Amino acid sequence: MSQTTIDPRSLRAPPRRPLRLSWSDERVRAIVWQVLVVGIIGTIVWWLWSNTVHNLEVRRIATGFGFLGREAGLPIAENLIPYSPTDTYFRALLIGLLNTLKVAVVGIVLATIFGTLIGIARLSKNWLLSKIAGVYIEVIRDLPLLLQLLFWYAILQGLPGPRQALHPVGGVFLSNRGLKLPWIEWQDAHSYALLAFALGALFTWFYRRDAIRKRILDGRPRPVWPVALGCLLVLPVAIWAAAGAPWTVDWPELRGFNFRGGLNMSPEYFALLLGLTTYTAGFIAEIVRAGILAVPHGQWEAAQALGLRSGQVLKQVVLPQALRVIIPPMTSQYLNITKNSSLAVAIGYQDIVSIANTTLNQTGQAIEGIAIIMLVYLSISLSISLFMNWYNAKIALVER
Amino acid sequence: MSDITLNASAKVAEAAPRSAPISQIGFVGWMRANLFSGWLSTAVTLLLAYMIVRWAIGFVDWAFINAVWSVPNNQTQACRDLRGTGACWAVINEKHRFILFGTYPYEEHWRPALCIALFVGLYIVSAMRRFWRKELALIWVGVLTLIGVLMWGGVLGMPYVPQERWGGLVITLILATFGLALAFPLAILVALGRRSKLPAIKALCVLYVELIRGVPLISLLFMASVMFPLFLPEGMNIDKLLRAQLAIILFAGAYLAEVVRGGLQSLSKGQYEAADALGLSYWQKTGFIILPQALRLVIPPLVNTFIGFFKDTSLVLIIGIFDLLTAGKTAIIEPAWQGFGIEVYLTVGAIYFIFCFAMSKYSQGLEAELNRHGRR
Repeated sequence: MSQTTIDPRSLRAPPRRPLRLSWSDERVRAIVWQVLVVGIIGTIVWWLWSNTVHNLEVRRIATGFGFLGREAGLPIAENLIPYSPTDTYFRALLIGLLNTLKVAVVGIVLATIFGTLIGIARLSKNWLLSKIAGVYIEVIRDLPLLLQLLFWYAILQGLPGPRQALHPVGGVFLSNRGLKLPWIEWQDAHSYALLAFALGALFTWFYRRDAIRKRILDGRPRPVWPVALGCLLVLPVAIWAAAGAPWTVDWPELRGFNFRGGLNMSPEYFALLLGLTTYTAGFIAEIVRAGILAVPHGQWEAAQALGLRSGQVLKQVVLPQALRVIIPPMTSQYLNITKNSSLAVAIGYQDIVSIANTTLNQTGQAIEGIAIIMLVYLSISLSISLFMNWYNAKIALVER
Repeated sequence: MSDITLNASAKVAEAAPRSAPISQIGFVGWMRANLFSGWLSTAVTLLLAYMIVRWAIGFVDWAFINAVWSVPNNQTQACRDLRGTGACWAVINEKHRFILFGTYPYEEHWRPALCIALFVGLYIVSAMRRFWRKELALIWVGVLTLIGVLMWGGVLGMPYVPQERWGGLVITLILATFGLALAFPLAILVALGRRSKLPAIKALCVLYVELIRGVPLISLLFMASVMFPLFLPEGMNIDKLLRAQLAIILFAGAYLAEVVRGGLQSLSKGQYEAADALGLSYWQKTGFIILPQALRLVIPPLVNTFIGFFKDTSLVLIIGIFDLLTAGKTAIIEPAWQGFGIEVYLTVGAIYFIFCFAMSKYSQGLEAELNRHGRR
């Protein structure tokens, strides 16, 4: 039908004009402008590049990434995989990357939980709760993150030593050596159970997708929860029990001048995590609040009028709409938390920036060191935004 | 008909209008509705009130009642005895000049102080809508030049002060303000370039914005501090502060460009088409029609971005430039004053907070006002 309404004349291509070598021809102007701008920028880059090459020769600085294979000789306090100062620079940088990811991933999870709670508290009908959340958001967002990190670090360093450690709950010790938590002794059985849980989660996800597809076809509801319960809880527990059900809690204990056992968080890591989480939570709270407020009140009322239970109202009607508003700014907060974790260098947590900085000081190869930092952050940023864009596209409004 | 009414009104005494129950109106009613509306709400209120009161008493004890306000010539033993129970404000008393002005010559401190006042005046003038005209750019140029003259000196009987001796709050203000002033024109060009139809220019702008936004500011500052000297020909050297300022301008330019692009995108297509129909050239169209409208739209997000830069300038601490935060951190390096970080950081934080809070309140008010007038 739409075919017939289009005027055939509008489909006709505009007549081709020959390129005139005159300033009044738009295409000539476009070419001149582009050549000019690219030429100027190209010249500047070439000039900087030739200076750099000359300077590197004069100062006898080696180029290339050959130093990655050499012995690093730099001590690293926290490492997720085995490391000793005799290992190569490559391995040292890898440890730094893992340390960055460790603080960024934990920070993202904690900041999301904490920020969502504060955002909901800000909308609470309780005046006091809402005001406290408001003051928190305002204060935390108006102070530089670096200042907050230094502040938390100063507080942690001002704590008493291990012998007089703060001891709020059994097994938890807070001292100037960091935070100690009880932790289960990791054994093979736990790894198997975790693997079973991961596989179960994957299976449940596929099952749920299939159930929804079939339900759309014939309209009969198919409960997912028995399968989910079986795959996510019963199977891992059964495997864990079959492997002998090991369960030894490793309690931190004071031995001599320091603690032994348990899970250890260094003061640097703890201060960084605390600072990043509380800072970003302030921003996430505002995003969550804006997202919830963006759902018109009529949507709540209409869902209730349809007879949905309050849990269903939230899950089926409100959240899908709120998430659409929340996801894009949340992505940039996740990116920010990753980039801000680079402030670790100021309080001595050895993340990728700190280790690359030491590397470039030791080897003198500044360009390579900074290139590594930039490459790492660019790839992390790109992966997070690709994932979040995919997720955003998945939940976006499908207009028919 | 009228008789009946008359009779009825004569018989029944008119009931005086009763006021609403005391539990529904006024302060009591407000408390019932907002603090004690149910058992959960009551529990939350009581718990929070208890925690606030306890915390406030503890803070007042620490910060005022048990605090030490001054000590004679660096004898900090009195402060050390109070560790954990009372604040040592003596450190602020002793070091406030250093925190505010860094290593600037003592008898010349009036110059950075005057500069701080000029900066604040500049912000206030820029915030007033009656000054949102082309002349504002001239005011900025004039004030920033005056600040440069005051800081460097060397004329009008003011002794010359080299850049290495500048420090404290004025460096934070310089980095943030000059950063914004110079990044803004760059940002407008990049934002226009990103929406341009010319593929090479568009690609360059996209590359610049995405590259800068993908890496942390620290990596740019490191680049400015260790890589930049390699870029320049031999013998040519640029001061460290200027290099950091360049990095901040490049960084701010990318973020501001995205803000400006948001304004350009929110203009209706009709504005572009109408300008084209009038036969205006690209630059006439941009300068007279598009930018005046687009820039007005982006003032609230621009202020928010500026708050971000104002806070981010503190990152120059990592490459050793003497801004407000670095001055605070350095003030407690001296052995006599070691360990009083909390007092110093609270003071420095209060200064940052005053600036950022004022700007954020202003931006919120402005946004509400612009929304009300239906300009968006």
